Amino acid sequence: MNGNAIAALIRNDIRLYLSDRRALVVGILVPILIAAFFGYVFGGLGSKKEAGKIPVAVVDEDQSAVSRAIVQDLLQDSMISLQPLARAAAEDKVRAGAIDAAVILPRGFGEQSTRALFTGENKSVIELLVDPSKATSAQVVQGLLAQHAMQQISKEAFGGAGGARTMDDFLGTLGEPKAGESADRTELRELLRSARRWNSRNAAGTANPATGTANNSAGAGLSIPYTVSSRDMTARNDIPYNGYAHSFAGMSVQFILFAGIDAGVLLLLLRGRGIWQRVRSAPLHKAQFLFARATATMLISLFMLTVVYAVAMLLFGVRIDGSLPGFIAIAIAFCLLNACFGLMLATLGKSAPTARGLATMAVLLLVMLGGAWVPSFVFPGWLQQLSRLSPARWAVDGFDGMTWRGLPFDAAVMPTVVLLGSALLCLAIAIWRFRWEE
Amino acid sequence: MLVIEKLRKNFGARCAVNDISFSVGKGETVGLLGPNGAGKTTTIAMICGIAKADAGRVTLDGEAITPDSRALKQRVGLVPQDLALYEELSAWANIELFGGLYGITGPLLEQRGTTALQLVGLADRRREAIRNFSGGMKRRVNIACALLHDPDLIVLDEPTVGVDPQSRNAIFENIETLKRQGKTLIYTTHYMEEAERLCDRLVIMDRGEIVANDTIAGLYAQLPVRRDAVIELSGDGANDALIQELAARFGKQFQVQQRGAKLDDVFMRLTGHALRDASDTGESP
Repeated sequence: MNGNAIAALIRNDIRLYLSDRRALVVGILVPILIAAFFGYVFGGLGSKKEAGKIPVAVVDEDQSAVSRAIVQDLLQDSMISLQPLARAAAEDKVRAGAIDAAVILPRGFGEQSTRALFTGENKSVIELLVDPSKATSAQVVQGLLAQHAMQQISKEAFGGAGGARTMDDFLGTLGEPKAGESADRTELRELLRSARRWNSRNAAGTANPATGTANNSAGAGLSIPYTVSSRDMTARNDIPYNGYAHSFAGMSVQFILFAGIDAGVLLLLLRGRGIWQRVRSAPLHKAQFLFARATATMLISLFMLTVVYAVAMLLFGVRIDGSLPGFIAIAIAFCLLNACFGLMLATLGKSAPTARGLATMAVLLLVMLGGAWVPSFVFPGWLQQLSRLSPARWAVDGFDGMTWRGLPFDAAVMPTVVLLGSALLCLAIAIWRFRWEE
Repeated sequence: MLVIEKLRKNFGARCAVNDISFSVGKGETVGLLGPNGAGKTTTIAMICGIAKADAGRVTLDGEAITPDSRALKQRVGLVPQDLALYEELSAWANIELFGGLYGITGPLLEQRGTTALQLVGLADRRREAIRNFSGGMKRRVNIACALLHDPDLIVLDEPTVGVDPQSRNAIFENIETLKRQGKTLIYTTHYMEEAERLCDRLVIMDRGEIVANDTIAGLYAQLPVRRDAVIELSGDGANDALIQELAARFGKQFQVQQRGAKLDDVFMRLTGHALRDASDTGESP
């Protein structure tokens, strides 16, 4: 094997890559900038930081004690930014995309909802106007509304004047006990009388029957009977999730694949030039030529990955909290895949512009499916399964695993194997389709 | 040295080279001439082991050249018609690449590369990027890159396309130097005066076939030639009396043609033979 020829070809490809300083800087700067942007949007340096409030409007057409209390609760909620508005203004703002959703509490809401708590009938209808492009915001608002409304309605039912009035009305409907009435009716009457007495005591601020002590929380209403303590399952308990770790993995994968396209297109362009003739007139086997090109592209890809991750570590706090050998194994496997992908592209493409266009589309599809833009866990279930066919998904998941997830070397084995397998497939197609002679 | 026997190459239904045979002796310079599409470049591709012949064979000292015969390729140097250079890189980086392809590295590359660049007059420009060179300079580096492995046979495919007369003249001188060194050359061109100046023998191709294969004198001899006695008189008007006397002596057999120098001669006389490498690149001479 002519090692000098291979070395000369590799050195030449690297020289060509380094010769265009502007393209070099742009090729490394662009993924860093985009990764910084996505990283900031998807959590920045900590998932609990910088969370944007959802802009929501409320239209209180009822102006009852219950509706006013709900509005007050929503105003104090840290997840939303609430604007009390008139109905027309709220509709206009949602339609214009200025706010994500608007809650309309209709006239009679307080009384109807308190009554419906006991009877389950004639429920009041809360309108929720939503921007269809902000479906997630609408779900958050529904959840918050359910929490605050339930609390205030139950508070009114068991401590407010409206609740007492409703129970009196209901007891009046049941009437006095009669001989031969059903046991259910008797028990319901007793339940309401007990509740009415409880209501009176709460209104007077007397003892808590459960504890025998002063009931300072009387009239607080029904609240969620538990609290949730969430914990980020990252590399270490004291390290919060770093959104940049994922975005740098994704953008590295995307832009290195773009570099693979460039390498393939360069080879296609070479075919029409005198250099191609001269290279083929040299005592060189096609396997040596393919090996040299693949090695050069792999080294360039590794260089790009190293620089991008160095910036990510220095400026954005990304750390390899998992296995460093695992990270290196995934990096090498991915860069080898990229090199073989470039070769395959060069052998399948008919012309440089067509090949570039099709390959760009394919890469964008692969990286989208691979969760390079947004984490794949936000995909629907079927899409998450489909995305496992994309080598980009394995690369991104692998880098995630070795950085912020802090996984051991074992977790790098499967991504490495899949990436190497994909590289072999691309290489086999490249060798099969490569036209050395004419 | 080089023998081409019944060589044929088809591209689909089209026959680009049709059973051609000729040979090139050691140290000989053979011109391969023909109009566009005659099959010259395809023939060269098969001679250099780039393309595989459909029939026939090319042998170098008795051994067949094919795309896989790497040892024989080591003995052949190709100067392609299209510039075979990376314009983004320096002249020396190109030298390193094409030397490396033939296993030439280290001190040997330094020596051979320097010699090749000296031959084409660009040794002092080795660190400059090719893209800053003029067309003529690029052509000369193109030649230098084919000489690094010291080939026995050098194939030059239209090496003077698109260059100014000074650079063309310099390339001629480079080729004449190679001839003096005893290299065997195959030279394709559209310019008859180039072939006449450089080649010992011409192979003329048309439509994939050889229509003539002879020395220049032999080719002239094949044409019906009128014997003319040419008396060249220089000066403007001073010889009018002599012309009148000759006209009176020979009558209708005597014709006067006032032929000036060729336009090439005028151009070279006015602009000189010096290469314009500095001014070509926008630098002051």
